[in-house]
Amino acid sequence: MEQLGLSAPVIFFAAIFTNNILLTNFLGMCSFLAISREVRSSLGLGFAVIFVMTCTSGLNYLVYYYLLVPFGMEHFRFIAFIIVIAAFVQLVEMVIERSSPVLYVILGIFLPLITVNCAILGVALFMIIRKYTFLQSVAYGAGGGIGWTLAIVAMGGIREKLRGAKIPKPLEGPGIALIIAGLMALAFVAFSGMIQIQ
Amino acid sequence: MNLLVLSIAALSGLGALLAFLLEVADSYLGFYGECHIDINEGERELVVHGGESLLSTLMEQGIFIPSACGGRGSCGYCRVKVHEGGGPLLPTETPWLEPEEVKDNVRISCQIKVRGNMYIEIPPELFLIKEFRSRVEALYDLTDQIKELRLRLIEPDTITFKPGQYIQFQVPEYKECPESVYRAYSIASTANEPDGITLMVTKVPGGLATTYIHEVLKEGDEVAFNGPYGDFYLRDSDREIMLVATGSGLAPIMSILHQMAEEGISRKTTLIFGARQKKNLFYLEEIEAFKKRIPGLEVILALSSPEEEDRWQGERGRVTDVLEKIVKNGANKEAYLCGNPAMVEATVELLTKKGIPEELIFYDKFT
Repeated sequence: MEQLGLSAPVIFFAAIFTNNILLTNFLGMCSFLAISREVRSSLGLGFAVIFVMTCTSGLNYLVYYYLLVPFGMEHFRFIAFIIVIAAFVQLVEMVIERSSPVLYVILGIFLPLITVNCAILGVALFMIIRKYTFLQSVAYGAGGGIGWTLAIVAMGGIREKLRGAKIPKPLEGPGIALIIAGLMALAFVAFSGMIQIQ
Repeated sequence: MNLLVLSIAALSGLGALLAFLLEVADSYLGFYGECHIDINEGERELVVHGGESLLSTLMEQGIFIPSACGGRGSCGYCRVKVHEGGGPLLPTETPWLEPEEVKDNVRISCQIKVRGNMYIEIPPELFLIKEFRSRVEALYDLTDQIKELRLRLIEPDTITFKPGQYIQFQVPEYKECPESVYRAYSIASTANEPDGITLMVTKVPGGLATTYIHEVLKEGDEVAFNGPYGDFYLRDSDREIMLVATGSGLAPIMSILHQMAEEGISRKTTLIFGARQKKNLFYLEEIEAFKKRIPGLEVILALSSPEEEDRWQGERGRVTDVLEKIVKNGANKEAYLCGNPAMVEATVELLTKKGIPEELIFYDKFT
């Protein structure tokens, strides 16, 4: 499918709202469910994801079109994308540990697990499949990250409000979180009539 | 063939480039440089390389903060007051700290990192805590379950401790124990012969340290320990003293009795030593000798389930049964308990009911 018709800003907004990677593609669910108990830590993880997604989408674009394609090594794209992502997550971890020890402890094991956050690899693969340009790819990565953050922060806010609520016993914890995620996904589907990027 | 080499080189090049970038980032982000740690307003001043936890940094400098879990953040013992340079309170610390402690800047030292200059406060007695090397001078059975272990110090060659305190014995790697662990044992000997210590070790089935001491260790072997630790020691007052021990819980009590005999403390004192059967009692001659040296000392031996052949004339029942009978008014007493946790818990409950203020009941649980 030719995507040249869509400009970078359109893709950016579409990635946030109409094609939210978390709520329409259901990628990056595990940390979405695990770290969304508080707005503060959701926001921290969200910023880390935005940074990693934006940078890695650009970098992966360059790696794919300037290293893998010329050498005819497109079949190496998974391993190449994964090491770029892993190196970036390592960098983000170092930065967070240095700048915010509290956030570092709250994120705990989920920070290194961004490495295998499927949303991030998903962005890299989608941009190849949809034949985005460099600018479109970065816009898609940034929009995807912001969309993911929007979803997890909204989830964090809802779960904070729910803390005092009476929830039927069998639905406590992950049960209610999945129901909320489903309702949020329905809400985001309402945006999908505006623009379609798949 | 060319393509194969080329693609491998390209992929390796990518990896190498990323590794190089990370290395550069780490040398900038992971480098904290030289940090000064001021302890107790200038009592000690450490110059260290930042980046490690406060606990392990202090350990490297020979200052041993008590820690049972070895820095995993699961015991909450390694408290240190950090007045400057500790950074924000971490979620891994809050479960261990009371609100007043947080106000006093108390921190869990294994959780915070040295990231710059710090001003900390630690109890001065922690400076006495050292790492000792010692030789096994004697190792023999007190009962069929309890061994006495006498250690002669090599380096440093003397130890300063308060009678009643404990040390952390280092169990080296051996067949049953893949990595070295530390276990706490109370010192049973007098503080006035500082060139050695005596420990009492009850055999615990499957216990890493007790199996080592009971089955592997021999006289002449070299072992390491660090200490002394703990706030189980005789308080200075005019109150009547209740000493309660079961099994190897007698160890710190023996050290306290040495102190009373040597310092001529003649406060009215009752020692209650409980065991299951007569064969589980030990140190009876030593206790008898203390009766002559400590004027105020009364000794009660209690067996909870004496055998027929014991022909037991003394007290029967658990130590709590004895205390129930002999303690009428606890208001003028203070108590020192040492033994298994169940005994300690039951005794604390009973003695507070009898009127001994809770803050005057001191105990060491042997687990």
